Amino acid sequence: MTTSKTESREKIQAFLDIAFKLLTRFFAFAVLALLAGIIIELFVGAMPSIKAFGWKFFTSSDWDPVNNKFGSVIQVYGTLVTSFIALLIGIPVSFGIALYLTELSPAWLKRPLGIAIELLAGIPSIIYGMWGLFVFAPKLSDNFQPWLIDHLGPLPGIGVLFQGAPMGIGMLTAGIILGVMIIPFIASVMRDVFEIVPPTLKESAYAVGCTTWEVVWNVVLPYTKIGVVGGIMLGLGRALGETMAVTFVIGNAQNLSFSLLDPGSSIASTLANEFNEAFGNLYTSSLIELGLIMFLITFIVLALSKLLLFKLGKMEGEKT
Amino acid sequence: MSAFKSSIIASAIACSMTVAASAFATDITGAGATFPYPIYSKWAEAYKAKSGVGLNYQSIGSGGGIKQINAKTVDFGASDMPLTPDVLEKDGLMQFPAVMGGEVLAVNLPGIKKGEIKLTGKLIADIYLGKIKNWNDPAIEAVNKGIKLPNTRITVVHRSDGSGTTFIFTNYLSKVSPEWKVKPGVGTAVDWPIGVGGKGNEGVASYVERIKGSIGYVEYAYALQNNMVYTQLQSHDGSFLSPSSETFQAAAAGADWPHAPGFYQILTDEPGKNSWPITGATFILMHTVQEKPANAKEVLKFYSWAYDNGGKMAEELIYVPMPASVVKLIRQAWHDKIKDTAGHSVWN
Repeated sequence: MTTSKTESREKIQAFLDIAFKLLTRFFAFAVLALLAGIIIELFVGAMPSIKAFGWKFFTSSDWDPVNNKFGSVIQVYGTLVTSFIALLIGIPVSFGIALYLTELSPAWLKRPLGIAIELLAGIPSIIYGMWGLFVFAPKLSDNFQPWLIDHLGPLPGIGVLFQGAPMGIGMLTAGIILGVMIIPFIASVMRDVFEIVPPTLKESAYAVGCTTWEVVWNVVLPYTKIGVVGGIMLGLGRALGETMAVTFVIGNAQNLSFSLLDPGSSIASTLANEFNEAFGNLYTSSLIELGLIMFLITFIVLALSKLLLFKLGKMEGEKT
Repeated sequence: MSAFKSSIIASAIACSMTVAASAFATDITGAGATFPYPIYSKWAEAYKAKSGVGLNYQSIGSGGGIKQINAKTVDFGASDMPLTPDVLEKDGLMQFPAVMGGEVLAVNLPGIKKGEIKLTGKLIADIYLGKIKNWNDPAIEAVNKGIKLPNTRITVVHRSDGSGTTFIFTNYLSKVSPEWKVKPGVGTAVDWPIGVGGKGNEGVASYVERIKGSIGYVEYAYALQNNMVYTQLQSHDGSFLSPSSETFQAAAAGADWPHAPGFYQILTDEPGKNSWPITGATFILMHTVQEKPANAKEVLKFYSWAYDNGGKMAEELIYVPMPASVVKLIRQAWHDKIKDTAGHSVWN
């Protein structure tokens, strides 16, 4: 009697196990299906534009809704340039933060500082955008940008990046705001990977007389470089796709200009501005094709970061 | 016990059904243009207090309004850009003007007061084409004798989103500048040669407030609310005007509604020495064949009430109400064009 009871219980448990496995598998595959669905939907939506413009969509800087001529150069350029500026600012600052938190800060300060950085990541992007437009941009146009125009503008070569009027809004402002926004992401990943460096490695380096800088440069960074790159990729992914904050400060001009002070537009800001009001098949589908390009760019960036993080995990196993 | 239970359930269901039914009967839904949103919401409030019928209006933009009415998700769509009679025919829609208003050019020039600077249509077009780059350009100084214009670079501000406001503005520019007509042309969104784009009237307003030497076009009510410095504009007949209810009304009076098929009428650059040059009407779009005639009738009742009683509210917000003669034409069009599925007129 007891055995039959146990048997039936085992049967139920085995069934539940299988059911649970199937359910989790369903959830996991649902994500894949969703991803595939989005790609297909973007392709279908972009088809009229792909047919009409072909590869020219990637080389043309037209954005003319009246005459139905569209190209992606302005938006892709704006997206990449602002993200590049963001990384230029975000990486060194995040590196400093992570370094301080793991190597230099007194123990009692680590937690509050770490939490503060994570809180920074939780601020909605529209707040950054509003702060950028109302507080940061006027300061930039009054002080920093006139200085740039006077001192860097006349230089040969890079001068072309700093010419124009000090409006306070434009690609430079968008890049700086994005830089501030991605700092918490990069900094917290960097801090986490710096912390996995085995203390024995660091202590031996200190024991042979290395300074803190030498320990960081020769021990911590080489040990964590792949993870650090992964963190940067994560920040880049966020910068590429950021919409609201960029829309506020980039200036939303569909004109190609090399000056960082001039207004431009990114893929995300163009979609946010124009999708609602787009009329006609070709206009809408060109916007969807922009979305598809955006998707491809972010996909590549995120795939790279995942790959790097995966490699990092494997190397851990080898070294310890 | 169970009888008691089932009676509770039954009454609960009955309750929820009446709630649902009354919600359907009392709410009319619309979506579209942002330009008339302030007056529609004011009318809706007053109308609800009187009749109990609420209006759920979403100001998602004219293009969005046209899309939503075609998708039949709303009882009416609203657009600042009138649809041409062909398009109306093709999509099975009819349109009628609800209210009129004006747009102004707002500038940010330290030391310059409201209505102090005069601009002509040609000047505005050349500024927006990037041909006039500085405020002390001889062409601007020529019409502003006696005013000290600063040597400041002009920053052009336009809408970044597609907009009926942009349609009215670019329509005006293409009437006064042959060059503008060829390129960039007229539309709710155009390929701006220069400038920065702000999202919505408020986006343009905040850019103009923030950037020294900037100029932007906004609806007059926004300029008033934000205390912006606007310019005088030259009328079609050559006189310089300040924006006001009177000059908007003068432009509206010149419109030839009886001879405009499908009420297709754009009020920019109207003749008359008191006619404000950048004036426009905003339109309501409805299906000519109504699957839900009861809802359609509620919409028409709402606008009928607004024509009769909403004029003063409109004037408070510096809109121009439709003249009684035009309202008569509109009611006739309702009767003639909006039918239920059986072909009976919804409006009698």
